[in-house]
Amino acid sequence: MPTVIFIEPDGAEYPIAVKSGTTARDAAVNNGVPGIDGDCGGECACATCHVHVDAAWMSRAGMAEPGGMEANLLQFAEGSTENSRLACQITMTDDLDGLMLRIPDGQH
Amino acid sequence: MTTDTLTRDPASTVPLSQMDVSDPKLFQSDTIGSYFTRLRREDPVHYCPESAYGPYWSVTKFNDIMQVEVNHQTFSSESKLGGITLQDMQSGEASLELEMFIAMDPPKHDAQRKAVSPAVAPSNLVLLEPIIRERAGFILDSLPVGEEIDWVDRVSIELTTMTLATLFDFPWEERRKLTRWSDVATATPETGVVSSFEQRREELLDCAQYFKGLWDKRANEPPKPDLISMMVHSPATRDMPYLEFLGNLILLIVGGNDTTRNSISGGVLALNQNPAEYRKLMADPGLIPKMIPEIIRWQTPLTHMRRTALMDAEIGGKKIRKGDKVVMWYLSGNRDDEVIDRPNEFIIDRPNSRHHLSFGFGVHRCMGNRVAELQLRIIWEEILKRFSKVEVVGAPERTLSNFIRGFTRLPVKLRGH
Ligand code: FES
Repeated sequence: MPTVIFIEPDGAEYPIAVKSGTTARDAAVNNGVPGIDGDCGGECACATCHVHVDAAWMSRAGMAEPGGMEANLLQFAEGSTENSRLACQITMTDDLDGLMLRIPDGQH
Repeated sequence: MTTDTLTRDPASTVPLSQMDVSDPKLFQSDTIGSYFTRLRREDPVHYCPESAYGPYWSVTKFNDIMQVEVNHQTFSSESKLGGITLQDMQSGEASLELEMFIAMDPPKHDAQRKAVSPAVAPSNLVLLEPIIRERAGFILDSLPVGEEIDWVDRVSIELTTMTLATLFDFPWEERRKLTRWSDVATATPETGVVSSFEQRREELLDCAQYFKGLWDKRANEPPKPDLISMMVHSPATRDMPYLEFLGNLILLIVGGNDTTRNSISGGVLALNQNPAEYRKLMADPGLIPKMIPEIIRWQTPLTHMRRTALMDAEIGGKKIRKGDKVVMWYLSGNRDDEVIDRPNEFIIDRPNSRHHLSFGFGVHRCMGNRVAELQLRIIWEEILKRFSKVEVVGAPERTLSNFIRGFTRLPVKLRGH
C-alpha cells in the first residue's frame, strides 16, 4: 500500500496509506483532509482538489498535460504554479509511495 | 380537489413530444419539479421542437449534464451563438450587444476570468470576512422581533447588496442601485420590473455610465483589491470595449446578487418546511458548514445554463446536431436519485453535500462560489446567535423566470431566544 502525505499550509502532515489505484483526491476526501473538497467527485471538473506537488516528486508525479482539462482548470485556481496538479488526476502506485502533496494556502 | 383532477396533472399527461419546460409560470408556481421527474424517467435528454425560445434540448440527468459541462470544445457558451441562457443573448428585442466572459469560449474567456477571479479568491475573502460579519450583524440587529417582515427585502437583498458593494468598493449610500441593476439585467417586460426592453436598455446604459466614473477614478489610483480596480489595472481587461466592460459588470452584479439572495431566502423556507432539520441545526450549530451546500443544492438559484453545439455530438444516446441549443437543467440534475441519495429530502448533514450542480462544472464553474458560501455561513451563524426561529408566516412569492429560481417575498416573524 503506497502512502501519500498531505501537508497543510501550517506544516501539519496527513500520511495516508491507500490501495494502489486510488486517486490522491479519494485518499484525502475519504480521510477528511482539510482543504481538499473534491466537489465534482473526481471528474476533473471543479479544481477543489488543487495541490502543489513537492519539488522532489515532480519528475515522478508528472505535470498536468498542457492544454488538457486539468491545465485548463488549474489556470483559474488560486496560487497555481508549475507544480500544481489536481489530486483527482494523480493515481497512487507503489512508485509514488511517500508522495508529498502540499495544500495551497487559503484553499479553505 | 378530486382524484380525477389530480391524475390530469399536465406534467404526467402531456405527450412527451409536446412537453415544453421553458414556461416561466411553471417555475413561479413551483410546479416544474414533476415535469423534470417525468423527463428523467422517460426521456432524460429531451427535444422540444417548438417553444417561445425556439427548439431546444433539455438535459435532465446529473451525469449527462456533467458531460456537457466538461466538453466546452463541443458545447459553446459564445454569446454570438446565443450565449448561456435559453433566451438568446443577441436576440433582436433584447439587443444590447453585451459581452461577458461567462459567455465566451477559451482563450478569451480564460484571460478575462483570470484577471477578475483574484477578487473572490479565498485569500482575498479572508480580508472581507470580518466586514461581512459586521454588516450581517448590523442588518439582523435592526430587525423587529415578533413582527411580520419581508425576509427577502429586509435581509436577503440587504446582505447580498452590502457584500457586492464591498467587493466593488461601491459608494455605500448608493448601494441599492446595485440591487436595481441586478433585477433589471435579468428582467423582461412581463416580469413588471421594467415596462419595456427600451427601458431596460436605458437603465443598463446608466449602470455602465456610473461604473465608467468609478473606473476612471480607480485608473488614477494605485491598485486595490476590489473588482473594479483589478479590472482597470489588469492587461487582460483594462482596454475592454465599452459593451464588454458593461457585460462583465453585469455578470458580476447578477452573479453576486440574485443567486446568493435567493439561497438565503430558500434556506429559511427549507428549514421551516423541515422542522426536524431546524431542530437539528439549533441543537448543533456546528452543522452550518455542511448545511450550506445542501441549501445551495436545494435552492438551485440558477435553474439552467445553456450551450450551443459546435459540431454533431451524442448525449445519453441522443444525436445532437451542430447548431442545436442544449439546456442543462441544474434544477433537475440536483434531484437525480441515481447520483444523489434521497434527493427530494432536505438533509442538513447530508454526507457528500458538496456534490451538486448549482455552481456548474468545468471552465465556466461559478467563480464566486466561495463568496456565496461565506455569506451564507456568516448569516446563519449570526442568525443562530440572535434568534431561536425565523418563522415563515405566509406563502412565499416566487420569481417569474425560467432562469433565476428565487423569491420576491417571504413573510416571516423572528422569535428571540
Ligand atoms: S475533484 Fe474536482 S477536479 Fe478533482
